[in-house]
Amino acid sequence: MLDPELRDLYQEVILDHNKSPRNFKKLETANRTAEGYNPLCGDKIDIFIDVEDGVVKNISFQGSGCAISKASASLMSTIVKGKTVEEAKSLFEKFHNLITGKLDENASIEELGKLAVLAGVKEFPVRVKCASLAWHTMLTALKNENKTVTTE
Amino acid sequence: MSVKQESVIDQIKSTYDVYKIREDFPILKTRIRNKPLCYFDNAATTQKPQQVLDIVDNYYTSMNSNIHRGVHYLSNLATDAYEDARKKVKSFINAASEKEIIFTKGTTEGINLVANSFGRKFLKEGDEIIISNMEHHSNIVPWQFLCNEKKAKLKIIPIDDRGAIIFDEFLKLVSDRTKLISVVYISNSLGTVNPVKEIIEIAHKYNIPVLLDAAQTVNHRPVNVEELDCDFLAFSGHKLYGPTGIGVLYGKEKLLEAMSPFMGGGDMISKVTFEETTFNELPFKFEAGTSNIAGAIGLGAAIDYVSSIGMEKIAAHEASLLEYATQRLKEVPGLKIIGNAKYKSGVISFIFYNIHPHDVGTLLDYEGIAIRTGHHCTQPVMERYNIPATSRASFGLYNTIEEVDILVDALKKVIEVFNA
Repeated sequence: MLDPELRDLYQEVILDHNKSPRNFKKLETANRTAEGYNPLCGDKIDIFIDVEDGVVKNISFQGSGCAISKASASLMSTIVKGKTVEEAKSLFEKFHNLITGKLDENASIEELGKLAVLAGVKEFPVRVKCASLAWHTMLTALKNENKTVTTE
Repeated sequence: MSVKQESVIDQIKSTYDVYKIREDFPILKTRIRNKPLCYFDNAATTQKPQQVLDIVDNYYTSMNSNIHRGVHYLSNLATDAYEDARKKVKSFINAASEKEIIFTKGTTEGINLVANSFGRKFLKEGDEIIISNMEHHSNIVPWQFLCNEKKAKLKIIPIDDRGAIIFDEFLKLVSDRTKLISVVYISNSLGTVNPVKEIIEIAHKYNIPVLLDAAQTVNHRPVNVEELDCDFLAFSGHKLYGPTGIGVLYGKEKLLEAMSPFMGGGDMISKVTFEETTFNELPFKFEAGTSNIAGAIGLGAAIDYVSSIGMEKIAAHEASLLEYATQRLKEVPGLKIIGNAKYKSGVISFIFYNIHPHDVGTLLDYEGIAIRTGHHCTQPVMERYNIPATSRASFGLYNTIEEVDILVDALKKVIEVFNA
């Protein structure tokens, strides 16, 4: 039997996205890209985004990482697609609060949708970087700064 | 379990009372989420026996004082204890003189000391330094600093798929341009035991000094610097069941005499005026500032402790654990061991093609098992095998066969979670 705390971290949705990540490819039409790196564990991620008129028209990623970082990137790609750049940014803020346990209890997590499955990360402070790497990298790509992001 | 495995266990139990040894380590009684702690992160740091804890406590309780030059009672006590620890280190590695034993804060400082004091004095543009592909970052970065400053070249001995250095390639690298060879004795991420004696023999034909990174060696097997004929050897106290923040650099007296001090300050001088300074004699020339006195005394106690068990016995115990664990880990589907050299120490790095080491580490933690996950400060090794990271279980003198069984069972559970 898996410990309940562990089961919260490794929910079925996360294991599924880890096994079959969505939008896991290079996006040929991308006009924004960035590379993310977590020197602590060697996680690497490349984010590809096609932005048109301030809207994320398409987004994909490639790279290697733990289940948390891979599932987080996969979930992010599905939820951010179709959102405006501003919406994506505010979503990250909310998501970051969720995984660091700073989310107001009364705050609506409806907007976060499936991202809520990553709430278990808040019990594992060392894994916050795993869950946020894709998001940091996406923000850098959206700023159109073609550079490597590190979590350190 | 095979007959062979059973005989291995019997052999361990008959010659080495690991359960009695475990009584000396209070931390091993820790329970994590109501499961017994299985501490397999010994390559990162080892736990401390009560004998070491008591000595450090006693130093601060009844002896605390600054060493050397003190005229009062406590200072003399502390100085004697500190210098007594140096004598213990000298005997432990069989150095010729206490002048050859320099207390540092760890292996990293020892290597940096040689890079600065030897390298900056004797290296010229176009010279070369040889290291291997399996070095810890602490045996790479100091040489990069030095080579950049001196416009010298860093040459790398390649390693094969099993994790052993390719000796023929090493031979090709050695030349009149080589000014120093600095290699790890036992790899922290692969467990490989390098043929350091052969490397030293070749090096000495060219009059090239050799520095051995013995951080993962002095705690696992007897080390005899006279027999090895190495020119420098660095290790850390905290991997030898002693305190953190203390380490040793051994150097041949002749070489140390020729080198300039690494740091300037108190205790390393003989006479200071504003015009010039004359340096203290060895080994004090390299020990500027107040040393980690409690650390050195604690290291002395740790040496007494492992010596009382016997380094040969510790080596045999850990070799049996390695053999047993290597065999049993074959039962775990999809597990691949990274580092299969013929001569190995008690380190097992492993990967799964579909489960990241970080996830393995987190799940094992919930079973009370402490392992390390990541690149183990050996990124070039990870690059060599084209992997981002590994999980690493490393053994110490107190680990048991039962703990290996717990590890294997827990890994089987990890697979169930991820392959469901």
